[in-house]
Amino acid sequence: MNVSEIFETMDYGPAPEAAGEALAWLVDGGDKFGLFIDGDFTKPGKTFPSRNPATGETLALLTQAREKDIDLAVAAARKAQPKWARLSGHARAKYIYALARLVQKHARLFAVLESLDNGKPIRESRDIDIPLVARHFYYHAGMAQLAEAEMPNTEPLGVCGQIIPWNFPLLMLSWKIAPALAMGNTVVLKPAEYTSLTALLFAQICQEAGLPKGVVNIVTGDGAVGEMIVNHPDINKIAFTGSTAVGRRIRQATAGSGKSLTLELGGKSPYIVFDDADIDSAVEGLVDAIWFNQGQVCCAGSRLLVQEGIAERFYAKLKARMDGMRIGDPLDKCIDVGALVDPVQLKTITDLVDKHGGDGEVYQPATPLPENGCFYPPTLITGLQTSSVLMQEEIFGPVLVATTFRTPAEAVELANNTRYGLAATLWSENVNLALDVAPKLVAGVVWVNATNLFDAAAGFGGNRESGFGREGGWEGLQAYTKRKITTKPLKQIAPQPGSEKTEVDGLDRTAKLFVGGKQARPDGGYSAPVWSRRGDLLGHAPISNRKDVRNAVEAARGAKGWANMSGHQRAQILYYIGENLSARADEFADRIHDLTGGQRKTAVAEVETAISRLFTYAAWADKLDGAAKSVPIRGVALAMNEPVGVIGAFCPDDAPLLGLISVAAPAIAMGNRIVAVASQPFPLAATDFYQVLETSDLPGGVVNILTGDHNELAPHLAGHADVDALWLFSSSDLSAVIEHESAGNLKRTWVNNARTRDWMSPTSEGREFLAHATEVKTIWVPYGE
Amino acid sequence: MQTNHPQTGVTTAQNHLPQVQEPRNPGTDLDMDWVASVQANTSAIERRAATLPGRRSVKKEFQAAWLLKAITCIDLTTLAGDDTPGRVRRLCAKAANPVRADILEALGVSGIHTGAICVYHEMVATAVDALHGTGIPVAAVSTGFPAGLSPFALRVAEIEESVKAGAEEIDIVISRRHVLTGNWQALYDEMRAFRAAAGNAHVKAILATGELATLRNVARASLICMMGGADFIKTSTGKESVNATLPVTLVMIRAIRDYHEATGFRVGYKPAGGISKAKDALTYLALIKEELGNRWLQPDLFRFGASSLLGDIERQLEHHVTGRYSASYRHAAG
Repeated sequence: MNVSEIFETMDYGPAPEAAGEALAWLVDGGDKFGLFIDGDFTKPGKTFPSRNPATGETLALLTQAREKDIDLAVAAARKAQPKWARLSGHARAKYIYALARLVQKHARLFAVLESLDNGKPIRESRDIDIPLVARHFYYHAGMAQLAEAEMPNTEPLGVCGQIIPWNFPLLMLSWKIAPALAMGNTVVLKPAEYTSLTALLFAQICQEAGLPKGVVNIVTGDGAVGEMIVNHPDINKIAFTGSTAVGRRIRQATAGSGKSLTLELGGKSPYIVFDDADIDSAVEGLVDAIWFNQGQVCCAGSRLLVQEGIAERFYAKLKARMDGMRIGDPLDKCIDVGALVDPVQLKTITDLVDKHGGDGEVYQPATPLPENGCFYPPTLITGLQTSSVLMQEEIFGPVLVATTFRTPAEAVELANNTRYGLAATLWSENVNLALDVAPKLVAGVVWVNATNLFDAAAGFGGNRESGFGREGGWEGLQAYTKRKITTKPLKQIAPQPGSEKTEVDGLDRTAKLFVGGKQARPDGGYSAPVWSRRGDLLGHAPISNRKDVRNAVEAARGAKGWANMSGHQRAQILYYIGENLSARADEFADRIHDLTGGQRKTAVAEVETAISRLFTYAAWADKLDGAAKSVPIRGVALAMNEPVGVIGAFCPDDAPLLGLISVAAPAIAMGNRIVAVASQPFPLAATDFYQVLETSDLPGGVVNILTGDHNELAPHLAGHADVDALWLFSSSDLSAVIEHESAGNLKRTWVNNARTRDWMSPTSEGREFLAHATEVKTIWVPYGE
Repeated sequence: MQTNHPQTGVTTAQNHLPQVQEPRNPGTDLDMDWVASVQANTSAIERRAATLPGRRSVKKEFQAAWLLKAITCIDLTTLAGDDTPGRVRRLCAKAANPVRADILEALGVSGIHTGAICVYHEMVATAVDALHGTGIPVAAVSTGFPAGLSPFALRVAEIEESVKAGAEEIDIVISRRHVLTGNWQALYDEMRAFRAAAGNAHVKAILATGELATLRNVARASLICMMGGADFIKTSTGKESVNATLPVTLVMIRAIRDYHEATGFRVGYKPAGGISKAKDALTYLALIKEELGNRWLQPDLFRFGASSLLGDIERQLEHHVTGRYSASYRHAAG
């Protein structure tokens, strides 16, 4: 077209970003890359091609790492770690700062390489991905600087195995590497096989920054390499971002290994539009929600929920907006939707829509797609029901599914009607409505009148099957540090041996289970004798079975009002429990003494500590403040500490009262409900304790107490899909079972890894427990009139 | 189509312009339910405005063509106390020949002129005379421009005088106080009166958005002016401390889009003040294309109110032709 023709058509025309520098970088590397281990690149081994998804052309050949490569990488990281951790925070900060600067210096090279490799529009890699990468390293340079002063009593985990996805290759690398390094860990990172190039360029800047050898190791290859990392015995932590299916396998594979684990998985995030929203802005927001990075975003607002009264108008505006979207060459600066990462993804998405799109009405703009390459048009499917497959399954492509709601309550119900819980978006001009709904959404991140906002200072991560752990902010550092506490190897605590004497002294008392605020007989109708240190029969404790677990969880789920009570109200009840326990302190001391033997003064001390611990958590109930994060927008990112939900706990066996209170009190102080399985050898202190609870105004279902065999109950409680977290402090070594069974709904776990701690110690209370009892939800609220 | 102006007998502007003509917006009844339902989320609108330049980019011959289009949409403006007939004649000559002939020739285009000349009432007759035969209409700023606080009857009379003097477009200023006090009925009535006074001349309603405080007010005022029969809505007089911005533009053109959807009438848009770079002009055109579509990229529905923009565009066009960066003295002064 000549100028006068364009003057009439007013077309955009091509606006290509030059790829010369990035291609030259590949040529300089011989178009063939080895692994980055111990500060150097290895010679390329057996290779696989890395392709440009927009053209199908091979960009470079990458090495498929072998088992022994992983051994070398882990060994290098292991060797480097102690020295790296011993460096001053300032020294580590200087290295991380250098990485930030180098990312900025090579910003365009990184951006072009990313778009070539991944297919994302250059606008996104240039304006979003790479700036966020630099920001993440800057932010965590600061965390390295501050850690010594601000995070006493914590230490690094050691060697971290990190496995990242292909949708934000360099950004996910930064989210993994920056906090790990800042806290004194070393890493073995595996980029996704489709998109390893920017990780290799990053390896080069690690060299330029003079990073000590072995601190960062980068190994390439397919899922088999990921498995080698996951299963490697000398790795302390696995951090994974990717699909829920793979996350679940990793959870099972690492069960009982003692490895820390954080998972950032899939989502089907709701995008809620209320009828008082700025509709045009909400439509535009969808472009950033579901068509950002071709919809290949774990937190994509992929499930549109529109208030019924405005739905028709909203859909019409949305379709008009879709008609204007430009699809094509990712390196064109004037493109909205680039290429999907691989033909495999294209096929998955195509098949899903072809098979299930008919449940609703499919709309795709008439915009022509490029003839070659992995392109899929922006797609809207309206008229779907919650039961539709496309409404439930993550599509991970540019496909938006939609349905309507009538009321705010229904919006919340539909939004939460999913196995996932990563992110949510809501649009309303009514601040009351927005701030009421945001906390009710099951999601780690909520955006109000915006979408897909990210920043290093704000935590990101999910609930439910979207995984656990946060990345970013102070809360993100928990994933790369642990508390310095003294533990000892676990020793099974045995009950007192029985005797011939089978009569109870005095009037027989029947210990029961405590479920839903009521004493309940065990479903199975069996009880086991409990003996005193002198061989007297103290009584019988119920033997719970899986149905008792079911009943207790149901009662706990039902007690949702507890989470909505104010911290002050919860504090009053915790104080009152302490008061009532204090009134019966002698009796409990006798009971503990009878059960556990030893000296009576130890039993007295246990009761006193238990009362004090109740006071501690009563105190905390209204003091675990959230935060207003310093994010680079006009607005606030609120970090709110929310209860995890229903927590299952196997209580310590050695301290029958203090153990129960040490786990139940922090849980309920934060608004959780708990199903606590009492000390297996000494259950009667817990069954006495429910009488204290009954007189302390604690609503039914908030604390539920089961007794019985931990081995027997572990798989049922850990496998229950309506339990949100599971804590294990039993003296039975059940870490592997618990972690394995938890994979079903990917609940958070906190297991003792066959170690035991001193429950009398002040280190067995406080922030560590509160952190496990809360989820940080980040609510982004941009403002301005 | 040829129509003669009832008062002046002058052939009206639109007949000279090459583009398709739209039926004029007759306005509607004041619909307060609609006005009250308008929302404008400032931070979301700012984000859209901030990311647009990174999302849309036109290069090479496309850029040249777009810049030429921008020229045809300029209301070449002089609104200074020291304007004289000589000054206005020079500007009119520039409006008729905005780009050096050799550059146009190299681009393979001809017949490029600005959208209009925009002057104060006293300069209307001079401009009409200077532009005779060029097809370029004269726009007069009116109604007590820029503050709009002179007696109402005089403001209406000023329109009538300018139309009599040959102005085919009247840029009126609204009473900002009606917006700031929520007196929407008064704003509507004022607009109705101005429109009636203008007769066949097209009316551009200047909202003076820099003085309306909020984007929601901008959205509401935009709607009411369209209900009151505005042919164009325009951001600014150029005299406020904040003039045309992309966020304000987004709000106003979305209001235009909604009005079109509801009534079928296309209302034009004119950002004015502060647009002085070719790159800015391209961003505005892209925003219009994105939000309103190609139909609005014609001078009957889009104008830039600008005085120095043309100079920068000329330099960019010469750069396109020669490959060398240009200098302002190489182009005729306006």
